[in-house]
Amino acid sequence: MDKTIRFKLNGKEVLVDSPPERMLLWVLRTDLGHTGTKYGCGEGFCGACTVLVDGKPTLSCQFPLAGAEGKSVLTIEGLARGGRLHPLQQAFVDEGALQCGYCTPGMILQAYALLLRKPNPTEAEIADALDVNLCRCGSYNRIIAAVRTASQAMKMKVVDHEAR
Amino acid sequence: MKPAKTMRNDDEYTMFGPNGGGSWTTLERREFLKLAGGGLIVFFAVGDGLALQEGQRGGGYPDDPNAYLKVGPDGRVACFTGKIEMGQGIFTSLAMMLADELDVPLDSVDMVMGDTALCPYDAGTFGSRSTKYFGPPMRLAAAEARGVLVRLASARLGAAEDALLTKDGAVYVAKSPAKRATYAELIGGKKIAIRLEQKPPIKHHTKHLVSGKPALRTDARAKVTGEAKFTGDIRIPGMLYAAILRPPAHGAKLASVDTSAAERFPGARIVRDGDLVAVLHDKPDLAAEALALVEAEFGPSDSKLDNTIIFAHLKQVESRSEVVVESGNLDEGAKLAAKTVERSYFAHYVAHAPSEPHTAVVRIDADKAEVWASTQSPFRARQEVARTLGLPEANVRVMTPFVGCGLGGKNQGGQIVEATRLARLAGKPVQVAWTRKEEFFNDSFRPAAVYDVRAGLDAANRIVLWDYKNYQAGSRSSQPVYDIPHKRVLSFGGGWGGGGEGAVRAHPFATGAWRGPGSNTNIFATESHIDVMAEAAGMDPLAFRFHNLADARMKKVVTAAADKFGRTFAKAPTGHGYGIAITDYLGTYVATMAEIEVDKQKGTVRVRRVVCAQDTGEVINPEGARMQIEGCITMGLGYALTEEIRFKDGRVLDENFDTYEIPRFSWLPKIEVVLVDNPDMAPQGCGEPAVTVMGAVIANAIYDAIGVRMHTLPMTPARIKEALAAKR
Ligand code: FES
Ligand code: FES
Repeated sequence: MDKTIRFKLNGKEVLVDSPPERMLLWVLRTDLGHTGTKYGCGEGFCGACTVLVDGKPTLSCQFPLAGAEGKSVLTIEGLARGGRLHPLQQAFVDEGALQCGYCTPGMILQAYALLLRKPNPTEAEIADALDVNLCRCGSYNRIIAAVRTASQAMKMKVVDHEAR
Repeated sequence: MKPAKTMRNDDEYTMFGPNGGGSWTTLERREFLKLAGGGLIVFFAVGDGLALQEGQRGGGYPDDPNAYLKVGPDGRVACFTGKIEMGQGIFTSLAMMLADELDVPLDSVDMVMGDTALCPYDAGTFGSRSTKYFGPPMRLAAAEARGVLVRLASARLGAAEDALLTKDGAVYVAKSPAKRATYAELIGGKKIAIRLEQKPPIKHHTKHLVSGKPALRTDARAKVTGEAKFTGDIRIPGMLYAAILRPPAHGAKLASVDTSAAERFPGARIVRDGDLVAVLHDKPDLAAEALALVEAEFGPSDSKLDNTIIFAHLKQVESRSEVVVESGNLDEGAKLAAKTVERSYFAHYVAHAPSEPHTAVVRIDADKAEVWASTQSPFRARQEVARTLGLPEANVRVMTPFVGCGLGGKNQGGQIVEATRLARLAGKPVQVAWTRKEEFFNDSFRPAAVYDVRAGLDAANRIVLWDYKNYQAGSRSSQPVYDIPHKRVLSFGGGWGGGGEGAVRAHPFATGAWRGPGSNTNIFATESHIDVMAEAAGMDPLAFRFHNLADARMKKVVTAAADKFGRTFAKAPTGHGYGIAITDYLGTYVATMAEIEVDKQKGTVRVRRVVCAQDTGEVINPEGARMQIEGCITMGLGYALTEEIRFKDGRVLDENFDTYEIPRFSWLPKIEVVLVDNPDMAPQGCGEPAVTVMGAVIANAIYDAIGVRMHTLPMTPARIKEALAAKR
């Protein structure tokens, strides 16, 4: 049975009429046309489908639509602001932290969630937090470098902000 | 090449070349010129694989140029190639080569890739060939285009051609740079087509401003914002998603099927064409849900193979062999040998497990079809779709969006034919996106294989005998790189693509090329055995290799790796866990050294550090090359340590990443890459070489650490514990 589910997607209110037990991944990709979130395994083993739900990293292939009711969902499409890349995205570009780019949206969102709770993670902490996310191209070393770079850039931004 | 006629500016393209315009009247070429929308166009032929391409097309295309380069009316440069981008970075490296030769900024180069309507025929993107074989003729074409621009400028600026220089997309008078004309001004409304026939002079590598310097990937921005479109992201009005009924085992035939419950599922449509039964729905997840309601019975598989008996089967299934190399005389070698050691090595099946499973979208419109596919071979896909629909190839357009890893597995495109059949049945566009489980079932696996090696040392510890046989691995990298007087390498079976003798099928499922096909396991066997011989010689594995190498280029690469590694090798086992392995992969030289730890209780291996020195000729994008090498090293940890497809009676027992473990963050060693400078050699392949030594380097490091020789890939904790127990 269809149900109307209301949530915030990248800051904008959305309404979806759908069976509420459907997984958020498919609703995002098909019903809402947000194809940046990827399918990699469908069973919670690869992290390609990672999004943030109320700031928490969430495997959208395992997360029923009903769970999003009243919540705030962030996908890769919501990270850049006004055409400007988020420092994390910029760091992925600058560090060459991707090859085929298929795992990249999930990686960036997992890393973003990490930086929200731990603004200055060590390399070991990054590897640990991102360990669920698989990259077949083997960009792991560069992803770690990118997250480190971004954490520095974001810290500068905060300092900047406070100085003003 | 000097133009035979003066250039005209009219509606038709002015054609140059010895054959005038006469030889270019093929439909495809005319179509292309129509689509090209004016400008200066150079057609050129890419030599490599031409025989292969001819073979695949039934001949008739030997001098047909198979790539185009265009300088548009806006001065932008575009290259049209049937190659595809799957993460290997040619989107960037080929653009860099063009930017250099044509003197334009990198951001005014566009790569148009893998679109069969816009790009000329290409056999496929594999074998690390793109930069190596495509790059040089593309450079020539660019030099030719630059020559034409200079000629146009000479007329316009009233200066001799040799008084002109090019820079930043403009031609200027060397002595008074203010006198200049941009490429856009020079091209204007002209339509000029040239066929590259002779070799114009190209720039020496020292004149390159773009190549040789690290460049950021030009596709990165789209990939970090989620804008980059992969095939599964293509949305077409009316498109339905397919969920396909699969047999439980390879070779199992559909006996009966009841779709009545699925038919009652809201929005679901069942289609059937013989054994192909699918549910179509406008939501992919709901298609899958409805498919679960289909009740089907399958007969048994005729395969009785499994992992425990596969090696014996592979050795007896094929009696014919290819002689890969034979020199000297084995009996003579055996006579010279003071010590002989014989061993067998084994490798299990591995999956490609690409990040993006095989996906295709097909739209059929009357007698035309449009296809979007994750494929390494868009032209082969076009052929298959045309054959399936009974249409001429010209009526089928295959487009290749970004591809999420190829690794060899996307040369095969079963999903494309499935989507084609379903789109025809449904009368609507259809998307087929394999689930991870389907990917593990339908993949063309790297074949399991067996290697028998016998080698002999003379009294001076020189290898004088090398008798090598492999079964089902394929021949690539099976020749030793060492200086050995009496050697023979035989390769039994149909290679990595399977097949082989008569009706006897070697493998229970499809096999195919897997990044560095044949080489990964041939080098595992070869370089493991070299360490075995080093120990027999009482020498350390590094000194032993130098002692038996004649190739100066290889010695340089090994030295570069050893310098960076900075550890002293000693006769193994030392307990340190140092390993070394080297290879010549299709002209790229690799020397890799690793430092590992083994937990003897658990049997687990922790790779701490990997140093890789590589000589790949001229390096176009050092950043791209490093990225590929680092990726190879990381990916290679998987087939070395964990990746193995388990199967029984036609069933594939590994269905997802829970049991089929691939490398992840927590495995990551410290990686150090040394690019050995060799700019005078044309660029060689870079996407595969460094992965091919990973099995051997870790096997050798394990031996150095704990004194057990691992003969089977992957070197899982269970196998390591077993080997330790056997030693005690
Ligand atoms: S697709 Fe969700 S974890 Fe793999
Ligand atoms: S960049 Fe290809 S899977 Fe990560």
